[in-house]
Amino acid sequence: MNQLTDPAAVAAALEATGYLPDEGLATAAYLALALHRPLFLEGEAGVGKTALAHALAEVTGRPLYRLQCYEGLEASSALYDWDFGRQLLHLRAAEAAGTATDPAELEAGLYDRRFLLARPLLQALEDSPAVLLIDEVDRADDEFEAFLLEMLSDFTITIPELGTVRAQTPPLVLLTSNRTREVHDALKRRCLYHWLEHPDFTREVAILRRRLPEVTETLARQVASATARLRALDLLKPPGVAEAMDWASALHALGARELDPDTAARTLGAVLKYREDGERVRAAGPGVLFGAG
Amino acid sequence: MVTSVLGFARTLRHAGVAASPDRVAAMLDAVAHLDVLDPAAVYWAGRLTLCGSPDDLDRYDAAFPAWFGGVVPRARPAVPAARPRVLRSAPLDTGAGTPDGEEPDDLATRASGAEALRHRDVGELTAAERTQLRRLFALLAPAAPMRPSRRRRPAPHGPVHVGRTVRAALRDGGEVTRLVRHRARPRPRRVVLLVDVSGSMTPYADALLRFAHAAVRARPSTTEVFTIGTRLTRVTRELRLRDPDRALAASGQAIPDWSGGTRIGEVLKAFLDRWGQRGTARGAVVVVCSDGWERGGAELLGEQMARLRRLAHAVVWVNPHKGRPGYEPLAAGMVAALPSVDAFVSGHSMAAFEELVGVIERVPAPPARPRRAPGHLLQDDREGTPSPARHRRGAVG
Repeated sequence: MNQLTDPAAVAAALEATGYLPDEGLATAAYLALALHRPLFLEGEAGVGKTALAHALAEVTGRPLYRLQCYEGLEASSALYDWDFGRQLLHLRAAEAAGTATDPAELEAGLYDRRFLLARPLLQALEDSPAVLLIDEVDRADDEFEAFLLEMLSDFTITIPELGTVRAQTPPLVLLTSNRTREVHDALKRRCLYHWLEHPDFTREVAILRRRLPEVTETLARQVASATARLRALDLLKPPGVAEAMDWASALHALGARELDPDTAARTLGAVLKYREDGERVRAAGPGVLFGAG
Repeated sequence: MVTSVLGFARTLRHAGVAASPDRVAAMLDAVAHLDVLDPAAVYWAGRLTLCGSPDDLDRYDAAFPAWFGGVVPRARPAVPAARPRVLRSAPLDTGAGTPDGEEPDDLATRASGAEALRHRDVGELTAAERTQLRRLFALLAPAAPMRPSRRRRPAPHGPVHVGRTVRAALRDGGEVTRLVRHRARPRPRRVVLLVDVSGSMTPYADALLRFAHAAVRARPSTTEVFTIGTRLTRVTRELRLRDPDRALAASGQAIPDWSGGTRIGEVLKAFLDRWGQRGTARGAVVVVCSDGWERGGAELLGEQMARLRRLAHAVVWVNPHKGRPGYEPLAAGMVAALPSVDAFVSGHSMAAFEELVGVIERVPAPPARPRRAPGHLLQDDREGTPSPARHRRGAVG
């Protein structure tokens, strides 16, 4: 994993896993590794923000820990929690066995590491070096953001009963946001910021070919160009790479070797996720999908 | 390289990107890890460290070749929702500077004056009256509507909190002596204000923005404010400034289409595409402040309002003209929008704003729609056929 010495090497390694980054993303990933800075990723849904975390975990050979954020997310589900049931059991067992002679010692025994349930953030620090994905951070509350700020600056977590846990190597942290609200600037300042775009035509064809080797070259090219045209159409939900892949594999499942109007119409649900979008594309005619018009 | 980067950061700050010193330090750090002689590497090092939002990227892409020369390594494809061009701009009128000394110092006169002022149309006030009215705005504290949440808090009644109960038991030597209960804690619901700053709204825009400022000050984390005119501008950040005059001046600078034309439909669509659908409008109380004077197609406005209503918890439309005697919502935009509006209120006087505070706080709940709270009735002569949005609404719960 130590040969990731420049952006090109990172790009090559990512490509080997089937994730095809462009120059900016490769540079971002490289700098995140080299500078030990979290990488803050924004972009339309389906451009591969989460997939990047998986690919980087594979490239670096590190375990991936994922924290899905939501409103009301609390430290006990992000950091750690005590296993109360087992603690109680331990207490009862000690009582029954008659070993509970020294109360202080017994109490100290209750806050042993084995009764601690590590949640993603703590896991990522303990299992160092790791990749930590903090997904959709914009969904969490302000308080949680403030807490992250602290954790991301020194990569330590203090557990009052146990002491401080520090990562030997800072984890590679990726934060993703869908921009449902503005994430606090203080948090962004700690991070490298990258806006992910939809891939261009050649890259998208390459991604489709790579991920779905069974799909024919012609079909991959047609799907990529139709998807690009759909993106230009001002839809409620422009299709992402994920949708393009779904579509290609749906077409393949129907035995299509290339895109024809009939199969395209039947599989449109794989790319377009709103009734209005479907109607708009149908009304626009086949030219939208085939570039004839 | 260091001086070059520092100069570049200064240029960037002029362009409106908050390239703070720690970000600049990060850029230098990043450049040190890359090939300094490769323009693309320098471009990415700066973009990854100095920018913080998609809005910054265009400015960055413009400033980079200007400072470092050469070209931007990769042209970004145009953002699909092309921003409408600015028609014309005008500085924000912060209420025609009347010096503070000119107010009547008699307290009683002032009090009764304030009372009368509460019911006056803000569009017809003199500069001195406006100044006085600003004090009233400072007293306005719009409360937020509440919504249920997953968060819980200890309560005497409610379900048992297993974790806390056992933790308490541990303290008592493993004996469960009491059950700790908890309850859902209601959380403030997001409020989104869309303020029309087009030409026809000029007499009211200042007052509406002051109202927005009061709302942002009261609930900074759950209030969002956008101005709509020929384009969409987010002014939440500017309105967070404590002093209302400074906040308004700052947002005035941020608004490029002050007193321009109106294309509410298009701008609403831009709002829904870029913010609303992603989550800003979801479950929120959305307040549209406009006279509904639409230059674009009213059909688009109708469509987008229906879309907004499917996303939002409730949609309130504030129209300053509604306060006028004999007003009928006949403007094409208004007619198109009304079927998707939950409460239609006037916003022409201080009294109306106070009422609006109440409407936002106790906005009609979805299942019982169309509900008509007394005092802010929807027009009864609405289209007879209910929109599809209304049918679906019942299931939202």
